[in-house]
Parts: sequence; C-alpha cells; structure tokens
Amino acid sequence: VVEKLAQQGRLGPVARLLPTTSATTLRKGREQLVIDGPFAETKEQLLGFYIVECADLEQALETAKELAAASGTAGAFEIRPLAVFRPGGQVG
Amino acid sequence: VTDLAWIEAALVSARPKAVGALLRHFRDLDTAEEAFQDASLRALKHWPANGPPRDPTAWLIMVARNVAIDGKRRQARETPLPEEDRLSDLDDAESPLAERLDEADYRDDVLRLLFICCHPALTLAQQIPLALRIVSGVPVREIARAFLVGEAAMEQRITRAKARIAAAALPFEAPGAVERTERLDAVATMVYLVFNEGYSAAGAERDRAALAGEGIRLARLLLRMFSNEPEIMGLTALLLLQHARTPARFGAEGAVILLEDQDRSLWNRAMIAEGLALIDKAMRHRAPAPYQVQAAIAALHARAIRPEETDWAQIDLLYATLERLQPSPVVTLNRAVAVSKTRGAAAALEMVEPLGDRLSGYFPFHGLQGALLRELGRTEEARTAFGRAIALAGTVAEAAHIRLHLDNLTKDS
Repeated sequence: VVEKLAQQGRLGPVARLLPTTSATTLRKGREQLVIDGPFAETKEQLLGFYIVECADLEQALETAKELAAASGTAGAFEIRPLAVFRPGGQVG
Repeated sequence: VTDLAWIEAALVSARPKAVGALLRHFRDLDTAEEAFQDASLRALKHWPANGPPRDPTAWLIMVARNVAIDGKRRQARETPLPEEDRLSDLDDAESPLAERLDEADYRDDVLRLLFICCHPALTLAQQIPLALRIVSGVPVREIARAFLVGEAAMEQRITRAKARIAAAALPFEAPGAVERTERLDAVATMVYLVFNEGYSAAGAERDRAALAGEGIRLARLLLRMFSNEPEIMGLTALLLLQHARTPARFGAEGAVILLEDQDRSLWNRAMIAEGLALIDKAMRHRAPAPYQVQAAIAALHARAIRPEETDWAQIDLLYATLERLQPSPVVTLNRAVAVSKTRGAAAALEMVEPLGDRLSGYFPFHGLQGALLRELGRTEEARTAFGRAIALAGTVAEAAHIRLHLDNLTKDS
C-alpha cells in the first residue's frame, strides 16, 4: 500500500518513531548531558502517523482502509486534516 | 566442518575478555585487535579438527600473544613463522593461564576495554561505534549501515576515535573503588545508548534495530562481572523489558503499532520474566537509582495484561522519582504522558510547554505537544506542532544529516 501511495505521489513523510540516532545527544548543558533513552511513553504511545494527500474525505477513508488492511494487526486509524509545515516556513 | 557456528559463538563470547587481556599485555589497541583476529583465524583452522580447547578464551589469548611476538621477531630477524602444529599444541602452556584467569581477573581487563571506548575525549557519536567494533566485534560495514553513513566514513570515524585515545593516557593500573564506579557509570550509559539506537529504530530499519540485541549482550556482560550491582541489574532488566515488546511493535512494512494497540500475546514472556526477576532483585537492595526506576516503569507496562490495566498513577510517581534522581527534560516529557492519562491533557501540556527551549530539536517533544493540543481542541496549534515533528522526522537521509550536525555540536561544546 505504501508503495502504491508513493507511486501516486500522495504519500507524504511517514512519521514513525524516527530520528533518534540524531537525538542521542540533545544538548550538552553546563553540567549534564541530556541524553535520549528507550522511553515507551513517548516512543510507543503517541508517535505513529501517516501523512497522505487526499482530494477529499472519501479518498482519505479509502486510503485508511487500505493501510489498515495491510497492517494485519488490530489498531485504529484516525483521519486528521493537516497542513504541512515545511522547514522553509511556508505552510502548504 | 560444515557447521562452524559454535566456533563463531565461542569467538564472539571470548572477544571482550581476550581483547581486554591482550590490551593489558600489548598496551596498544590496534595490536590487541589484530592479535585477536589472527588467533581467531587459527581457531577456525584448528578447532574443527581438534575440538574446542578447555578454555577457549585462554587459548585465544595465548595464541594471540605468540603470533604477535613471532610477528615482531620475524620483522626483526626475518625468521620464518613457526609451524601451525606448534601453535595447536598449547595444552601445557594453556592450563596454568586458565587457572590464573578467573572472572575476577578478567573483570578489570574488560572494564578497561569498555572504559576506553567511553573515554571522555570521545564524543558519544564516536563511543558507540567504537564499542560496537572493539568490544562486540561488529564489522565496520554493519556499524556504518546502522548509523546510516558510508563504510569509509565510519571507518574514518573509528580510526579517528582510536587516534584520539592513543594520544590520551590509557589507564593501565587497576582502578580504585571510586574510579571503578565512575567507569562503570560511563560504560552503563554507553550500553544504554547502544540499546536505545536499536529500540528507537523504526521496524523497517533492520540494521539499526539489531543494535538492541547488541546492547542486551553488553548489559549481560556487565551483569556477569558486577552481579551484585543493583544499577547493572536495573539496566539489564530495563533493556529486557523494553526489548520484549519488539515482536508486537511493528506491523507490515514497518508501520508503528502503538503500545495500546499492540497484540500483547506477542510480547516475549521469557524476556519479561527475566526482566521482572532482575528488577525485583535489584529493588531489594534499597538503593534506588535511574536505571532501576526506568525498569520499574517498564515493569508496570509489562505487568498490564490489557492496556487499560496500566497503572498510570504509579508510572507518574516513578517518573517524579526519576526527575529527582536525574533531572532531564526528556524525563519530564515522558512523565507528561503519564500525567495526561491521570490528570488530563491540560495538566500535561502545562508540564510540556516549558521544555520547548531545551527540546526544540527533539521529535517526540513536538509529537507529544501536538497530541495534547489536539486533545484540547486547539487544532491550529496542534497542526503547527505536528508540522514541526514531521519536519524533524523527515526522511532517513535528513536524520543522518541532523545527526552530523549533532556530532559537530557535541564535539564543539
């Protein structure tokens, strides 16, 4: 499904638990190094979402169904409209 | 000779002790590594025919020393290498060495080896690959894949790290009690971060995910040497309890399955049982410290048969303890998740917002802020927060790029 969406050019960034390697060292304070860690609360609790460009709600529902069918395990898909923040600053 | 797996396994498990002992002997990391490499090649040649030696570690150390010494002699006098037969016939020489070297003797060698990888002159971005290379023997190619850089770049990073510690004075005297504790702290942090790399990798990133297993192996190594240290028990318990959920955390194509949606029957029960036993044992020492507290939190998740049975109030309390023991915005951020379950999104958001200054580059910060804002119906702000999270997450290539900046940041500060 992901491949198909990507082919159609509708798949935005797939945000999983991503770039923790980059965040191993967050900031070196005066005394203490703030380090990342294997915390389930943030990493397994809230942070899995897909971004898919859809023309309307109907298409979004269709896409969510396909993703749900492909995942093969129990779970819920919630559809949220979203504006994409680009690092450059414009919202599109 | 069809199945050499047992030799591979013996070499992997002997590696930290053998390289540690060789480092003490040669006082040079490259020589120790090369000597171990040579001895391993000879083991692959001799063990299938002769069977395993009584003490593989002692055999490897002995052979490695001989090979290195012969190598030096050869360089000096151009005398030929000794016959292979002579090297395989080590029984007499091996026994007294095996008797002299028990676990306690190896302990300082292994700890020294680990400590060198955590040398204060190195950045974390250097420490972790160095430990994986030297202590675990992971090939550079695999480390490079796990950290999303090219093999040549990783080779260079490791070479630079070695040059840095070669320039610094290495600690060869047996450490005193205080120093040993300090070293152990540094080593435990490194092991924790090796595991974190693997734990935090998405399901599709298999190469990085393998680091979690490596972290557990290192933790077990520490636990064998420091079997009465509650924090090492806590660390090992934490890693086991978090790793137990791995089979349930990712669906098809690596998609994330959140904690409350995971099929808990897929959790590794044996790993959970071992982790729970360890954390119980650790807590009987009545010396609470950060890894034990984190393991206790993980234990509460492991004990909940259904998500709604999760004791969030207790998790909140444990995070409060952790904040006292080890103040960190990352800890507070995770506490806020527990707070959102017990006292609601508004209370959690209040806790999260002041962290913005320090966590602005941390993907989970924006993710959690977005989720809380969304729950409170502040949609526009939630969008912005999610947008930031996405911008930070971006792509794998971007992550590698950000990591590069962070490496520089760590180096400079």
